[in-house]
Amino acid sequence: MGNQQKLMQTHSLNPNLWVDSYADYLFNYAVARVSDSEIAKDLVQETFFAGLKSAKNYKGNAAERTWLIAILKRKVIDHYRKINSNKGKSEVRMSYGSNIDTEGDWLEEQVADPYSKLENSDLENEELGMAIYDCISKLPKKQALVFTMKTMQGISTEDICNDLGINPSNLWVIIHRARTALMGCLNSNWF
Amino acid sequence: MISCEKAAKICHKKQYKEASFLEKIELQFHLLLCKACPSFSKKNGKLTALCKKAHLNFLTEKEKIEMKQKLQEVSK
Repeated sequence: MGNQQKLMQTHSLNPNLWVDSYADYLFNYAVARVSDSEIAKDLVQETFFAGLKSAKNYKGNAAERTWLIAILKRKVIDHYRKINSNKGKSEVRMSYGSNIDTEGDWLEEQVADPYSKLENSDLENEELGMAIYDCISKLPKKQALVFTMKTMQGISTEDICNDLGINPSNLWVIIHRARTALMGCLNSNWF
Repeated sequence: MISCEKAAKICHKKQYKEASFLEKIELQFHLLLCKACPSFSKKNGKLTALCKKAHLNFLTEKEKIEMKQKLQEVSK
């Protein structure tokens, strides 16, 4: 508790740390919900603004990340509310069949197929994503950076080496450490 | 035969499709004879598959710097 209070204070004094520590996590959360990376980026930015504004109200009861996610959740809801009212569709319309063809058909035919694995796998993928994200955030900063650049952003070895001023064999050592650590971290749940 | 250390390096390269033909043969040969490396290699492949499956999205460093700048402007 005291520790958290201290953490919160440093964060509210250095909002810079927010971006480094939580931007990717929040961004992933947002992309999964609005499925547009530009909008997701804006939502994350707005979340940080809102967090900054109401930093005084933060009591340290929840972890900082949880607190930010809670703000982001509201932002996502607001976003959908806004695009709905733009279209003038904010009122709830009950219609059981969207087109004429299905009129008179049994409603049961439109119920989600319980044997379909699609919806579940989406959820599972998000959980997996968050688990990977958590493990990456436990890596030393340089390892995390090189690993995400290489694996998630698909940047070539040459470009990474030029960007970070390292040589290729350096890079592979970093990749080796990162991947070994990630295997250990994900081991219990996902392998 | 190549060392386990070298095999591991080739194995990582292979995850990013950067291992040469010769390296791949060296690796396969090593995997046939070594006891420890096959499980490492398998896990490594699984890690690649998991990362692909998760569709993780990361902000680029540039985007993060922009975010920081905007935040700093507001906090002034």
